[in-house]
Amino acid sequence: MFKSEIIELNMGPQHPSTHGVLRLKLKLDGETIVGLEPEIGYLHRGVEKLAESFTYLQALNLTDRLDYVASISNNLGYIETLEKLGGIEVPRKAKYFRTLMTELGRLSSHLLWLATHALDIGAMTVFLYAFREREFILDMFEMVTGGRLLTTAFRYGGLKDDIPKELEQKIRDFIKIFPGRLADYEALLTKNRIWMKRTKQVGVISAEDAINLGLSGPVLRGSGVRFDVRKAEPYEAYGELDWEMAVEDGCDTYARYLVRLEEMRQSLRIVEQALDGMPEGEFRTKAPKVLKLPKGEVYHCIEAPKGELGYYLISDGKGTGPYRLKVRGPSFVNLQGLKPMAVGHMVADVVAIIGTLDVVLGEVDR
Amino acid sequence: MDFTMINIVIPTVKILIVFTVVLLSVLVMTYAERKVIAFMQVRLGPMRVGPWGLLQPIADALKLFSKEDIIPTMADKWVYYLAPTLAIVPALLTFLVVPFGDQTTFFGLLKHPTSMAISDLNIGLLYILAISSVGIYGILLGGWSSNSKYPLLGALRSAAQIVSYEVPLTLAIIGPILMANTLSMKGIVEAQSKGMWFVIPQFFAFLIYTACAVAETNRAPYDLPEAEQELVAGFHTEYSGMKFAFFYLAEYANMIVVSAIATVVFLGGWLPVPGLAFLHIPAIIWFALKMGFFLFIFLWLRATYPRYRYDQLMAIGWKFFIPVALINIFVTALLVL
Repeated sequence: MFKSEIIELNMGPQHPSTHGVLRLKLKLDGETIVGLEPEIGYLHRGVEKLAESFTYLQALNLTDRLDYVASISNNLGYIETLEKLGGIEVPRKAKYFRTLMTELGRLSSHLLWLATHALDIGAMTVFLYAFREREFILDMFEMVTGGRLLTTAFRYGGLKDDIPKELEQKIRDFIKIFPGRLADYEALLTKNRIWMKRTKQVGVISAEDAINLGLSGPVLRGSGVRFDVRKAEPYEAYGELDWEMAVEDGCDTYARYLVRLEEMRQSLRIVEQALDGMPEGEFRTKAPKVLKLPKGEVYHCIEAPKGELGYYLISDGKGTGPYRLKVRGPSFVNLQGLKPMAVGHMVADVVAIIGTLDVVLGEVDR
Repeated sequence: MDFTMINIVIPTVKILIVFTVVLLSVLVMTYAERKVIAFMQVRLGPMRVGPWGLLQPIADALKLFSKEDIIPTMADKWVYYLAPTLAIVPALLTFLVVPFGDQTTFFGLLKHPTSMAISDLNIGLLYILAISSVGIYGILLGGWSSNSKYPLLGALRSAAQIVSYEVPLTLAIIGPILMANTLSMKGIVEAQSKGMWFVIPQFFAFLIYTACAVAETNRAPYDLPEAEQELVAGFHTEYSGMKFAFFYLAEYANMIVVSAIATVVFLGGWLPVPGLAFLHIPAIIWFALKMGFFLFIFLWLRATYPRYRYDQLMAIGWKFFIPVALINIFVTALLVL
């Protein structure tokens, strides 16, 4: 008399918590997920192809639009790739300042993650608290680059302009208030019974699976793998500064939450040290107005807030722009973890897992 | 003359007053919710319409009136129309037995003192519990008739949630009923006027009642049926305009009902706070203050807690609240005997 059916539920591309235009085809048995298929490409703009018809400097604008909540990291990765192929040495002041800015970018990206992740699980207040602090950081970006979201920061060989005078005070203010604010978020979430119930043992992925899937960043470190590009192959000033890698063994959403919070604390340490140790001198080495790179191929990766962000650049030695630019976006690779993490859980957990993977569709679709 | 006065005029006037006040307080409640939560989240809340945004609820109501009424093509039209009505009517009917104060002559306006409830049924509490259970049909049918998957999931969650939380809610109220030895709302308050408020001897029952009341009214952290981040808007995803407004109204009316029950059963109804009786504050103000406090807890919880998951919610209801409520009944029964 009664029969049960698997229902197919279409989640997205317009859905409050798929963070942009991710579409999930869910197969549900009641509320339990038996199948899941992410559908991507709704935000495809052909960034890699576009770069081929742009000059090296113009293509920098395109990198802003990859992971648009952490465009500073994208800029840095791209500029470093150019510098690696061009073989140019960057002044120390520029290195320190780039480190500082990138860490502020990481903070703003993690704050956005915390805000949306908490909102997805239903904690509305954290969302507004985190946005308040993110606003503070975006103001700093505006001071330096003129842009808040799309920064187009840094140039081949250093920085575009010297560091603005008022910036130091602003950063010092931020360093003063931020630990207290972080404690506020923790008070609302870390030991909250409901938060722990919703995140512990949800979206579990073992270290082995995480490595096999190519996951990186906080998602990988939440599974207990000690890998951070900033430690493994230090770039800019990371090798000279004193900071710890955040690792947790939980393998679940809660562990990744702890990893990201710890990263925020470490980022603040890096920002403070970079500000204190900011060297005097040139902010940019002499570089040609119209950039031409020698013939060759290069891969370079950095630790973006989402994970390992790599650029593969081919120059034919003749043009003034990339012959081919391939982006290894951490969000795209991390999204592969969604299915193994979500199957067997419930609809409410999918939302938590998308949040913990911290994907930005601008980077997934490119 | 006296007959018509007592049996027709006074009840009609009372009904009109109570329903007007309830609907107005829903408006105030929506405004208060936005403001209170805004202040907890270090922002201002509505500020544009009127001074400090005071006219915002009216603007919202006008907007909902003028919205297009959309009915999905494949919806079951009759049920789709019926559902909002089924949600709102029981929510309003429960106010029939809520005593807002003691007997009064309204400052000498009436010859005989009349009670501040529309009707003082001797099984008032039972009546409320029975009527409020009907409300879930509105939600269930609304989700079902939309013929859409998100509302369906929302309705399923809602039905399961309300059915399972109705049980501990009722069990929690049995403690005070045993102590008061009556089911009449008025009788329960009068029983508290002799001793202490039932919130003290029945503290566990009060906590369980609070938690279950939040779940009953689909409010955070038990707002799974309309979890925006998971189910878009839950059971009323497909509703718009006045039909949506009815669901909205029902939710807030239900919040006011459960607060009224909590006030009557646990917080001493219209009785003044012990020690403050000399202030001569009218009974109805005391009642409103206590209800306001309980409603504030709703908002406070919403601003603080994340949301439970469906299975966790069920587990707490059946494995924790019901056993504790049962133990509470046994202990109370032993002591009362």
